[in-house]
This record gives sequence, structure tokens and C-alpha cells, in this order.
Amino acid sequence: MKYVKQTPGATPSRRAILKSGAVLVGSAAFGFMPALARAADPGPIKIGHLTPKTGFLGALGGYAVKGIQLQAEQINAAGGVLGRKIEVISEDSVNPQVASTTAQRLVEREKVVVLLGEINSASALAISQVAARNKVLYLNTGARSDTLRGKDCNRYTFHSDIPVTVLANSVGLALDRAGKVKGKKFYGLTADYLFGHDLARAVEKFVGAHGGTISGNALVATDVTDFSPYLLKIRQANPDMIACNLAGNQVTNFIKQYSEFGLKIPLAGFNLNVADAWAAGPGNLTGIWPTVWQYKLKTPASEAFVKAFQAKYHTQPENHAWVEYVSLKILAQTIAAAKSTHTDKLIAHLESGAKFDILKAREAHFRPWDHQLLQEAYTYTVMSPDQAKGPHDFLVLGDAVPSPGQPLEVLYPPKSDNMCHM
Amino acid sequence: MQLLFLLEQVVNGLVLGGYYVLVALGLSLIFSVGGVVNLAHGAFYAIGAYVSYDLMKYVGFGGSIVITPVVVGLLGILFERLLLRRFYTADPILGLLVTFSLAMVVEQAIRMIWGAAPLFLSMPASFKGSFALGSFLLSKYRLFILLVVLVLMTGVWLLLNKTPFGRVIRAGIQKPDMVAVLGIRLQPYLTAIVVLGVATAALAGVLFAPIAVVEPAMGTDIMTVAFVVVIIGGLGSFWGVVLAAVLVGVVRGVTIYFDSAAGEASMYVLMFLVLMFRPRGLLGKRIERFE
Repeated sequence: MKYVKQTPGATPSRRAILKSGAVLVGSAAFGFMPALARAADPGPIKIGHLTPKTGFLGALGGYAVKGIQLQAEQINAAGGVLGRKIEVISEDSVNPQVASTTAQRLVEREKVVVLLGEINSASALAISQVAARNKVLYLNTGARSDTLRGKDCNRYTFHSDIPVTVLANSVGLALDRAGKVKGKKFYGLTADYLFGHDLARAVEKFVGAHGGTISGNALVATDVTDFSPYLLKIRQANPDMIACNLAGNQVTNFIKQYSEFGLKIPLAGFNLNVADAWAAGPGNLTGIWPTVWQYKLKTPASEAFVKAFQAKYHTQPENHAWVEYVSLKILAQTIAAAKSTHTDKLIAHLESGAKFDILKAREAHFRPWDHQLLQEAYTYTVMSPDQAKGPHDFLVLGDAVPSPGQPLEVLYPPKSDNMCHM
Repeated sequence: MQLLFLLEQVVNGLVLGGYYVLVALGLSLIFSVGGVVNLAHGAFYAIGAYVSYDLMKYVGFGGSIVITPVVVGLLGILFERLLLRRFYTADPILGLLVTFSLAMVVEQAIRMIWGAAPLFLSMPASFKGSFALGSFLLSKYRLFILLVVLVLMTGVWLLLNKTPFGRVIRAGIQKPDMVAVLGIRLQPYLTAIVVLGVATAALAGVLFAPIAVVEPAMGTDIMTVAFVVVIIGGLGSFWGVVLAAVLVGVVRGVTIYFDSAAGEASMYVLMFLVLMFRPRGLLGKRIERFE
């Protein structure tokens, strides 16, 4: 069982395994730093990592664990941070309740200095409340809901993935450049929960501001597996384009059935994780989609990460592997710069506008007033079926948005729209 | 025009009914004959999809449609002999618990064997697309599924109603003691029914894999629909399952036409109404030992 040693409620043997693992890694590194080893040993810096390893986001969580482990390994191999090793404790946060209790346990019993992780927006909200209550830093890695950065923001929570507004704006700008927004009718297909509603709102705002209209919007329950009635409904409405605001398995199910029916109305999607794109597969997937990162990004740092990931796991990294990888990197850099693991000092450094290399062409930094990491985003399209080179190699990464001359701010929700008060 | 759109949803609902029959038929058979609600039914559906993913590389799509149900059916023998058999006469809650835990074990096992990431599985290109019947849009692949379901339905109906095997099964549903008095051991028949039930779930897995996401927890969502169909149709009734499946398909389609957000809820409202006015299900037989 791959993740058993990290599931909540496991027996002490789990801890024993983790400790022996840490000792193993530690002893390997002591060879390089005999002086430190002899000094009073404050123990490793513990990071509490929460991500869904089971349930409808479990596939993505699996990548997240791989990404963070790779980063921890690399940091420790290079001597750790402040002379101490990084120890990542990965726990399964199946749902918001479990996320909340696990986060609390990590803080109280494991004495983690930072909480990190998550994909599910509702779980991320629960963890950010635990963080605020305990005055511990929480770096939200994968949850994209706007309200986490808006109404529900707090001083202890930072966000390294892009919010839904950026998903909507990056695909929107690409469509607009191709003349596919002005005067066009969009029909929305929206996941019927917090994330989907947030996304649909952001898409409607973009389309409205660029001269298009939303002619209809169908809400889809998260457990829908059959999309045929929705496909007929869209065909009857006869829009110029379908705006796909679905999430998780919904997107894969929808794309497969859209392809099955062979609908002629083009598709623009505002959310598709790379793992879900692979699952939909060459020949089924069409349209244009947003992403925060993709394995085809041509920067030396990104290519090095992909190579290391492939060497360790024999598979391609997904965007959740990347976000966990760079988030732990940001954290390690922050601890090193603050020369402390004290929460207030870490927050001060993150809010200072410090630049972080996140394997992209431009460096990223956090906005102090909503704690959002400002960074480039991308769109991607799909090769024609005869060009596809394999089940993991049929996506075409577009140029970074915004274009090099423009400020990163243009993609993100402006302060005037944001209800965040810390 | 409006009426035509509505009618299109009705026709689509009928086709969808075939899809629901496939997932519900096996559940109903095992429920009716063994008296156990097999909450692991969805797990066998998932196993079907995953096994076909591997088989397809060697025997192609057509081959996997035939071989996968056989392979998973063999697993069904183990399932019945080692597990289910012990719970036919036990408290129903135990049967629920044991099959529920089996479903979780299977889900985790799939995660270990094939990984947590969803797999990509495609149908042959010739099945893609749809054709217009008048102004109705029909997916080619779904019509193919419907055809397979019709063949399967005919086969199962003939088996249950026109063969000595079926006579024993039908008698066993109503009066297991009387069957025993006549000197017939029901055990091998129960094994056969479980194998049949599990194999249909696997067949559903193979057929739906190209149009639905293939991931470890894929059985859970399908299980809910199958369960609703069985409840609406009623225990022990072959035609009950068929009627309920079609009804669920049509009601869901029509509801989505009027209010898309209520689509999934409509199934449960339908189930609620049926249970209120006909607790036995639409065509449910009166089974003395369950009362």
C-alpha cells in the first residue's frame, strides 16, 4: 500500500518508518557537515502537508505528494535549511472535516512550523481557519477559489496556485486575441459548488467586459457521470462556444462524451488539470485550456525539475506535483532568509515582495494585501489526433500570459474588487 | 420547436435507460436471489473497466467486451464462495457491511495496482460521432451499448423464464425451503447468479470506460444510480428493473431540460414517490421471506 504509512489514525509504526527515513537521510548528509552534527541538535524542521489522497481529487493529491517529497529530498541533499533537515509529514485530507482535525493534530502533536498543501477549496478554507487560530503559517498550494483570497482571507494564509479569475482571464485573453469573444454567444456548463460558481462568475465577467454574452448556464452536480441530456440542451441552445466551468472528474467525463457525440460547437475550458487532460486523452480532448504550469515549459529550471521527477517516479509530473515542489522551495527560501521558523518573521518576509524562482521565465512574488502569488499563467491546446505522440504527449503549451511587457497584475483580481481585509 | 426539444430528451432518456439496466440488473439479481444488497457491485464495475484497459492492448476493444466479463465473473465465484455465501441468512446489516468494506478494499487495491491517476481508454474511432434521426441527435456508441443491452436482456430473460435453471432460481426466490425439500441444492445456483450479476457489472465497466472517467473510485457514483433503479423497479422483478431504468433515464433528461441543477435530484424524488405509494417498488414481487 503506497500511502498507508501516512494515512491518519495509523499506528505508531508509521511514525517509526518516517523517523527511520529521516535518520537515514540525515545520516547521509552528516558526512558533509560534521560541525553542525556536533552542535546541539534542534531536530528537523517539520512541515505539515495536507492533500487529498483518496476521493475525487485523490489522483491529483498523489502527484502533490510526489512533488513535495522530491523537493524535500533535494533540499536535504543540499544540506537542509539553517543547518536543519526538512521533514515533511504528508496526511490524507479526504474532506474539510478531516482536513481541519488533521491540521490541528499536526500543529499540536507534531509541532509542525508550517502547514502546506490542499486542492479542495473547502478543505483549504478549513485549514486556513486552523492556521489563524493557532497562529501558524499556511501555504495553500492547490485550492483556486477566489473567496479564499477575498472574503475568507486571513493573515496566516498564503496562496501559491492561481485563482479562478486567472483561469478565466488567461483563456479569455487568448480567445479574445483570436476574435472569439466579441459578439459571440457562450453557453456555460458549471460545477454546482463553490469553485464552479466562482469560476462561472469570473468567466461571465470577462466575456461581458469583452463584448460577448453568456446565453445560458447549466449547473451540473458533482457526481454526474452522464452528460447526454446536457449535450442535447447545449445543441438546442446553439451557442457559438461552450464554456466549460466543470471540475475534477466532471471535466473528463464531459470531454469524453462531447467527443462521443461529435458536437460541432467549439469548446473553451476554464479549468482542466493536466492529469484530467491525460485521462480525457488524445482524440477526445479539444479546445483551449488554462494551466498554472505544464511539463512542456521550456525553461532550464523547469526542464531540470521534469527530468528529476521522471528519474525518481518514471512518470510525467502534473501541475499539482509542480505546485507542491515550488511551494516547499518558497518556504525553504523564506526560512533561510528570515533565519527563523517563527511565524511572524516568515510572514514578514513573504509580504516583503521577495522574489521567488518558480521555474518560470519570470520570478514570482506575493501581493501583501491578499497573499496571492503573482506569476505567469499559460494556455494549452491539443495536437490533432494524428500528431499525438502518446497518452502523455499530445498537449501544446502556449505562450505565457501576460506577455513579457505587461505587468503580472493584469491577470489577477484588482484590489478594488477584492473583499479581503486582514 | 420546444416540444421537439423535449421529445429529444425523452428519446435520449430511453437510450439512457439501457445504460442504467446494465448497471442495475446484476444488483437486482443478487439482491432478489441471495437477499444481500451487494454494495461492492460498483467495485466490480470498476474492476471491469480496469481489466479491459489491460486486455484491450492484446485483444482489442471487441475482444475485451467478451473476455473481461468472463474474467471478472471468475472473480465472482471467489466472491460468492468465500464471502457472500456466509451472509445469505445472516442479519442484512452484516451483508451490507461486508460488501461495503469489500468495495473499499477493491478501490484501494486498484489504486495500488494501476495507480491513483485516471487512465485513458478510448473507443474505436468508427464508433465516434452521432447521427441525426429527423431532428434527434443519437450517439452511435450509445446505440451500440443499447444493442448489447438488448441482447443481454433477452438472454437473461430466456435464462430465467425458459430454462430449468431459471425455474429453480424463480422458485428459490420465493420458497427456498420448498426447493430444499425437493432435494435441490440452491448453492450452485446462487453461485451462478452472483457470477452473472458480477459479469454484467464488469460488462458495464468495459462499455462505459470509453465515455466515463476511469479512476479507482469510479464505482461509487454508478452504484448510487443502480441502487435507485433497483428500489424503484422492485425486488425480484426483471421487468421492474427495465421499467425503472427507462423511467429514471427519461425523468432525469426531462428534468435537466427544464432545470439542469435538479437533474440528479429528480431520481431521488422519483424513488421517494414510488416508495411512498408503492413500497414494494413498481413491479416488485411480494417475497415472503423478506417480510
